[in-house]
Amino acid sequence: MFEATDLNLRQKKIEWLIKALLSLVTLFLIVPALTILAVLIYRGSPMISVEFLFGDPTNGMTAGGIFPALAGTIWLVAVSLLVAIPLGISAAIYLSEYAPQNWLTRMINLAIINLAGVPSIVHALFGVGAFVYFFRFGTSILAASLTLAIMSLPIVIVSTLESLQAVPRAFREACWNMGATRWQTIRLVVLPNSTSGILTGIILLVPRTAGETAPIMFTGAAMFLPFLPQSVFDQTMALSLHLYTVTTQIPDVPEALPYGVALVLFALILVMNALSIGFRTYVRGKKKW
Amino acid sequence: MGDRLEPANAAEQTARTPMSVGDMDGTKQIVDADQRGFDWFLDKAFQVIFFIGGISAIVFIFGIFTFIMREGLDFILGNFNAAEFFLSQRWMPTSRSNPTFGALALILGTASVTGLAMVVSVPFSLGAAIYIGEFATGKTRETLKVLVELLAVIPSVVWGFIGLSIMNPLIIQVFDVSIGLNVLNAGIILGLMAAPIMTTIAEDAMKAVPDTYREAAEAMGATRWQIIFKVVLPASKNGLIAAILLGIGRAFGETMAVLMATGHAINIPTSIFDSVRALTATIAAELGEAPVGSDHYGALFALGIVLFIITFLINLTADLFIRGSRDY
Repeated sequence: MFEATDLNLRQKKIEWLIKALLSLVTLFLIVPALTILAVLIYRGSPMISVEFLFGDPTNGMTAGGIFPALAGTIWLVAVSLLVAIPLGISAAIYLSEYAPQNWLTRMINLAIINLAGVPSIVHALFGVGAFVYFFRFGTSILAASLTLAIMSLPIVIVSTLESLQAVPRAFREACWNMGATRWQTIRLVVLPNSTSGILTGIILLVPRTAGETAPIMFTGAAMFLPFLPQSVFDQTMALSLHLYTVTTQIPDVPEALPYGVALVLFALILVMNALSIGFRTYVRGKKKW
Repeated sequence: MGDRLEPANAAEQTARTPMSVGDMDGTKQIVDADQRGFDWFLDKAFQVIFFIGGISAIVFIFGIFTFIMREGLDFILGNFNAAEFFLSQRWMPTSRSNPTFGALALILGTASVTGLAMVVSVPFSLGAAIYIGEFATGKTRETLKVLVELLAVIPSVVWGFIGLSIMNPLIIQVFDVSIGLNVLNAGIILGLMAAPIMTTIAEDAMKAVPDTYREAAEAMGATRWQIIFKVVLPASKNGLIAAILLGIGRAFGETMAVLMATGHAINIPTSIFDSVRALTATIAAELGEAPVGSDHYGALFALGIVLFIITFLINLTADLFIRGSRDY
């Protein structure tokens, strides 16, 4: 057997030290996330009740519930998904199944990267300039959702593209050899084999869209509007904006109220994320190739 | 597509198998009919639909630039004074007698907060990326990745709320200062917000380094940390730079968290305990009050143009680095 030399021992020690240091650093990133979660649950959970979830805000928003905001967030997310999903999936199909390696494809990829990096408040400015005034949608769910949809488009494209490219190329070639057209191949082979991956990406998109505040502030979300929206041309309250409002705009809000709002928002997001992670694990286990 | 196997084109197929139309007397005519059937048209129709989807990203990027330019142009061509905009710290858009639009304090506010965020975030993110990518294994690794993702899904307004209601009293208590809404508060929060994206991209970059590199170093007798510091990190350098750039872009463009945690006071910061105001937060706070078409409204769009151009450049550079890194 080898004897450990002094050099060996010293290097072992250094390695142990570095490993300990790095694990500590990692811990420093994770502890805040868990602390935040714990504090929100600890301070927010006393607020949670049926009246809080399904009641209207009352008394100048210092009491009552959050139902109009909750419903508004669901409206905004649903309408924005209706736009972002078809557009994003078709973009991903183009990039995965059609796009030749040329300057246009390079431009598309660059545009996607940049679209993902545009600050949310710039998206808001665009929404105001384009949807609210130019297309005359006014401040409405439609304008806000379209702004959100454009913001989430790169996320849909990237996650869908990943699942499409996970389908082995041999599957497509087998289909083409049978004389199928490109569309037939996409419909009968590529999409059925990537549905679960695409779905995972979409579930993951919901919490991100629901949490956005800046893009909807000036395009369709109202601070106080205790009615449920009737159509996409109405304004609406939203959970994220409601948290901002009760934290900064309203005096004499009981301390627990914003914690309750934050907890509901965060819980909504966590549930969707857990769902997505669970789904991903389930799908991975079933994968046949 | 190059030399790849291509799918059949329905029209070509039918054309290559000529239809024989027989007369009763036995003289067969070969008809090279154009048999573009339903499937052919369907195929073309979907190709067009997908192409439209494909170029939508380009359309939107141009759309965003065009529309913020359109709203901001009147101001830029009119009462805009570049020297004042970039060099004066007097941002007084609502003054009746003499409105001034000096964005220097806002630019420095954004810069100081983003800078501190990077000081906090870069060592922690890269350290975590090394640990998750190179040391952690199996279940630990998966759990750590999920927890880092947890940081990424906290919405920015919740971060702002945390800055306001948890960090603010904490900073006042710990450092004995009069106000806890300052560069330090926003810097820590932005650092935590930018950390997940940096960790994920840095880890991807290190994972892309081929195992043969590691094995070669190991065969030479290198220890784990020697492999990481002498082989993996240098080989993934471009990817790591891209990760940092994207983190900067994330912190720079953040709106709600800085609006709530910086104190929102126009001020050129001299210490980390000064309250500042960020470019993004200014737009978010004032757009609702600015009358459409006024100088104030135009000036806010001009700030938007500055933000758009800077993030565009950051993302472009990051993309070049990512592309440059794939040389193995």
